[in-house]
Amino acid sequence: MAFAWLPGALADIARGAATTVLLIAVTTLAGTLLSILGAAGRRNGPALLRHAIGWYVEIIRNTPFLVQLFFIFFGLPSLGIRLDPLLAAIVAMTLNMAAYTIEIVGAGLDAVPAGQTEAALSLGLRPRQVFIKIVLPQALKVIYPALTSQIVIMMLESAVVSQIAVRELTYEADMLQARTFRSFETYLVVTIVYLALSMALRRLLVSGGRRVLGAGVS
Amino acid sequence: MIEFTFWDIVRNLLFAARWTVLLSLAAFIGGGIVGLIVLFFRIAKNGWSRRIASGYIALFQGTPLLMQLFLMFFGLPMLGLRIEPWTAAVLGLTFFASAYLAEIWRSGVDALPLGQWDAGASLGLHYLQELRLIILPQAFAITRAPTVGFLVQLIKSTALTSIIGFEELVRTSNAINNATFEPFKVYGLVALIFFAMCFPLTRYARALERRASAR
Repeated sequence: MAFAWLPGALADIARGAATTVLLIAVTTLAGTLLSILGAAGRRNGPALLRHAIGWYVEIIRNTPFLVQLFFIFFGLPSLGIRLDPLLAAIVAMTLNMAAYTIEIVGAGLDAVPAGQTEAALSLGLRPRQVFIKIVLPQALKVIYPALTSQIVIMMLESAVVSQIAVRELTYEADMLQARTFRSFETYLVVTIVYLALSMALRRLLVSGGRRVLGAGVS
Repeated sequence: MIEFTFWDIVRNLLFAARWTVLLSLAAFIGGGIVGLIVLFFRIAKNGWSRRIASGYIALFQGTPLLMQLFLMFFGLPMLGLRIEPWTAAVLGLTFFASAYLAEIWRSGVDALPLGQWDAGASLGLHYLQELRLIILPQAFAITRAPTVGFLVQLIKSTALTSIIGFEELVRTSNAINNATFEPFKVYGLVALIFFAMCFPLTRYARALERRASAR
């Protein structure tokens, strides 16, 4: 094993890691928002919407992320939807994550007792206010640990988007090993970076969740 | 350019899907065997063996599968082993599966009341007998749903082996796409084939879960 190439490669690795962090940050925000809408629509929407969301969840959950990514990046242009690699990656990751978190958020919404909604309605709040101010915060607190795991899983899954030439961590590793001919060492270093990222991300989410959602978040 | 009819594409994809199925089965069986060994370490009385097993599991659950496959593919030749994509794919997915299966089964062992161990001991069984006759059968029974759920995840994960050059469904579809320039159709069909493999298992896992919670 030889690591003489490492000092010169640190900048590339850092840039790749920054793109990975960017990808997961955007996906987390968009995916969580989409899954709140999806979970609410699946419970209170018209029958057609409920079925559509149900099938969307099943299709995404039963096909590989890599195939979804290729379908969006290579397949959609024939429908006239052309996305650049970074945008295609974000769309694919968001759609993938939302399919898992819709079920998680839904379980959280079901866990809030109906009495909470009734009490809020009887205080004169409008249905939308009841959902946003009363039900949703309690639901998010219940599901926060599951949501955290899903975000970390998605971060690890994002390694795959190197395959459509998004310049994230794995892509930088591919470029580095082609230059240094030190494939094993390069991937070993990058794997350690991924491990550090996933541990840091988990810790950040737990402490952030404690601050925003209050005690009892683990 | 070679002319591909729709049926040529479907036939080629279905033939390639054999390898996806075979790889999934090999990794599931291999992962089950290695996972059982990891489980033994994970629930042992010795603190160090528990810590090593936890570290092993955390390592595989905290890094991307793609990196694990790359390390297999480029690392094993450094140990002097000649390695082909198939070997790297099976070994990589086996270790990946072993970590997840060990963790799933560990949750089953933890869910059993301690009285089960005490009862086994009071019947005069030694540790391995207790595990074999009392603890593991119950732990497997209550974790059947997540185990099937993980099988679905494993089938989907085989798609990544296309990147290290194993000729399964996705790699074949890339080749067909390069010849036909019909990505919408080709990747749509690939998704459909994966769905046909995974959806019945997902339904089965859900039925098991319902049965478990009804009990």
